[in-house]
Amino acid sequence: MKLVRIKAIAKKEFIQIWRDPLSLAMAFLMPVMLLFIFGYAITLDVNNLKTVIHDLDRSSLSRELIAGISASGYFKIVDYVTDQKDLDRYLDSGKALAAIAIPADFSESMARGRDVQLQVIVDGSDSNTATIGLGYISAAVEKFSRKVSRGKGQQLIDPRIRVWYNPELKSRVFIIPGLIAVIMAVIAALLTSLTIAREWERGTMEQLIATPIKAHELILGKLLPYFTIGFIDIILSVLLALFLFNVPLKGNIFLLMILSGIFLFGGLSLGILISTVAKSQLVASQISMVVTFLPAFLLSGFMYAISNMPAALQFITHIIPARYFVTILKGIFLKGSTLNLLITETVLLAIFGLIVFGMANMKFKKRIA
Amino acid sequence: MSPGTLAVKVRGLSKLFGDFTAVDAIDLSIKKGEIFGFLGPNGAGKSTTIKMLCGLLLPTSGNGTVNGLDIMKESEEIKKKIGYMSQKFSLYDDLSVEQNIDFFSGIYGVSQTKKIERKEWALDMAGLLDRRKTVTRDLPGGFKQRLALGCAILHAPPLVFLDEPTSGVDPISRRNFWNLINEMSKAGTTVFVTTHYMDEADYCNRLALIYRGRVIAEGTPNDLKQKYMTSYVLEIETDRVVEAMETLNRSGIETAIFGSLLHATVDNMEKAMPRIREVLGEAGIRTERVERIVPSLEDVFVSLIEAA
Ligand SMILES: Nc1ncnc2c1ncn2[C@@H]1O[C@H](COP(=O)(O)OP(=O)(O)OP(=O)(O)O)[C@@H](O)[C@H]1O
Ligand SMILES: [Mg+2]
Repeated sequence: MKLVRIKAIAKKEFIQIWRDPLSLAMAFLMPVMLLFIFGYAITLDVNNLKTVIHDLDRSSLSRELIAGISASGYFKIVDYVTDQKDLDRYLDSGKALAAIAIPADFSESMARGRDVQLQVIVDGSDSNTATIGLGYISAAVEKFSRKVSRGKGQQLIDPRIRVWYNPELKSRVFIIPGLIAVIMAVIAALLTSLTIAREWERGTMEQLIATPIKAHELILGKLLPYFTIGFIDIILSVLLALFLFNVPLKGNIFLLMILSGIFLFGGLSLGILISTVAKSQLVASQISMVVTFLPAFLLSGFMYAISNMPAALQFITHIIPARYFVTILKGIFLKGSTLNLLITETVLLAIFGLIVFGMANMKFKKRIA
Repeated sequence: MSPGTLAVKVRGLSKLFGDFTAVDAIDLSIKKGEIFGFLGPNGAGKSTTIKMLCGLLLPTSGNGTVNGLDIMKESEEIKKKIGYMSQKFSLYDDLSVEQNIDFFSGIYGVSQTKKIERKEWALDMAGLLDRRKTVTRDLPGGFKQRLALGCAILHAPPLVFLDEPTSGVDPISRRNFWNLINEMSKAGTTVFVTTHYMDEADYCNRLALIYRGRVIAEGTPNDLKQKYMTSYVLEIETDRVVEAMETLNRSGIETAIFGSLLHATVDNMEKAMPRIREVLGEAGIRTERVERIVPSLEDVFVSLIEAA
C-alpha cells in the first residue's frame, strides 16, 4: 500500500467535487433538504386538531377532563354542542376533525370507581391524523384518569395506544433521528457509486487501470473525501435536529459521531461495490437507490416496527445496516443510550463495513473485460 | 533474437468478443529502443492489441512477454514499467494542467526528489510552461495530446504504448508530436504507436499492418515498399478524376484517388500505359500525364488490403 497513491486519488477527488456545483449540491445540500422535506412531510405531529365536545355530564369533573385535553395543545375546541346531531354536522362538514362525547353518568361512574366509556370520534379520511388524534386523546384521558384515581392503581380508562420514549407525544422528535439514519444510508451509497461510474463513463478509468495503482489504494483514496463529506453531512443533520426540530440529545455526541463514522464506512463502501458492477452513472444511481432507499425506509424499523413484520422480513432486516443505525441514533438521541447498550449494533455495523469493503476490493478488476 | 533485447514478444495473441474475433493469432517482436508502428484501418484490432499488451484486456489465447514479464500472469508488474496513452483522451478535463501532472506523478509513485523536475520536464515538453494553471478542458487538441503523453511517461518507463496519439489533431501538431516520439526513441525508450494515417508510417523504424485482426505485412518501411510492391504504380493526371477512375476501374485497371491524381496499380507497365490513354480517350477524358512513380507506403497498404 502506497500512501502517495491514496493521497493523489483523494486530492484529485476533492478538487473535482469542489469544481463541480452539481457534486457539491449533492454532497451538502441534498441531505439537508431531504431532512427538511421529510422532517416536515412525514411528521406525525398534529397541532390544533379541531374538536367538538358533547358534554352530557356537565360536571366539574367533566370540565376538568375537557380542560386537560385542551391544555395538551393538540386540540382546538371549536364548539360545545348539546345535541348529537350538531356533533355529526360538525364532523360531516369537516369543520371539526374530532369529537368527544362525555356520557351523562361520567362523574358518577368515576366517583364509584366504575369503568367509563368515552365516545371519541375522529375523521378517518385522513387516517394518519386520525390515528395520531386518537393516540393523543387516549394519552390525555389516561393522564386525567391517573390524576383522578390518585395512584389507587385503578385503571379507569384503558388507552389503546401507547407511546414509548416520547412521553410528550412529540412525534417529530421521535422521527428525526431515524430519518437521519435513513437519509445517510441513501446518500452514502449514492455519493461513492457515482464517483467510480463517472470515471468509466468519461474514459479516465482506462488510464487509471493502466497504472500500477492497486484496487485498495484506489478505493481508500475514493473513500477518504466522501467520508469527510459524509461526516459533515451528519454534523449538519444533527445541528438541524437539535436547533430546527428541537430534538433533545440525551446521549453523548462523541459516541454518536464515532458510531456514525463506522456506519459511513460501510455505506460508502457499499456505493463502491455497486459501482464495480455498474459502469454508468445512471445505472449506479438506480442500483444504489434500490439497494439503500427502500430497505432503509421500510425495513429498518424507521417506518414500521420490526417486531410487527412477518418472520421472513424480520430475518431480512438483519442484513440492512440502516436498521442498526436507526437503533443507534434513536438510542443516543432519545434514550441517552451508552455504548454498552449499542454494542451489538456497533459490532454488526463494523462487520458489515469490513465485508462490503473487502468485497469491493475483490470485485474491482483492473481490466476492461 | 534473445528475449533480453526484445521489449515485446508475443505469439498467437488472440482476442474474441463473443464469437467475433477482434485479434486473430498475431505474433509480434519489438526490439528495445525502436519505434514500432502498428497500422490499420478502423476496427482492425489495433486498440484491442495494445490493451492486451498493457494488461487492460485478458487475451483469449496466446502467450508472450512485455518487458520480459508474462502478459497472462504479470500484468500488474507490467503496468509499473510502461506508459499508456489511450485513444480516447483520458486526463481529467476539470483539473488544471498542473493538477493532472501532480495526480499521475502521485499514482506512478514518482519520488519527492524527482517530482518537481519531472513536472517541469513534462510542462516543457507539452509547451505548457506558462499555462500550468489552465483547466485542461480549455486546451487546444494538440496540447492536450502532448500533456497526455507527458502524464503517461512521468515515471520514465522504458516502453510506451501510444494509441492513435495524432488522431483528430492538426497537421502541424502531428508533426510536433512525431518529433517528440523521435526524441523519446533517441533517449532509448521503446515506442509502440498505432495510427491509421498511412503517411505517418515512414516515421517508424518498423511496421506491422493489421487488417481484420491479422497482421498482413511486417518490416521496415523500405522492406515493405520493395517486398510487397512487385507491381508498378502509375500516376495519372486528368481533368475529371472521379469519372476517369470509374472508367478505368470498369475496364479492369485498378485505380484509387490520391488527392487530385489517380494511382493505378498494374503488372505490366508497357502494356498499361497506352491502354490507359486509350480507355480515357474513348470516354472523352483528357489525359495530361501518365508516369511511373515510386510507391508510397499508402500504395503498398492499399494494394495489400485489396489483396487480403
Ligand atoms: N469490448 C468489445 N466488445 C465487442 N467488440 C469489441 C470490443 N472492443 C472492440 N470490439 C470490436 O473489435 C474490433 C477491433 O476493435 P479495435 O478497437 O481494436 O479497433 P482499432 O483498430 O483500434 O480501430 P480504430 O481505428 O477505430 O480505433 C472492432 O470491430 C470493434 O468493434
Ligand atoms: Mg483504436
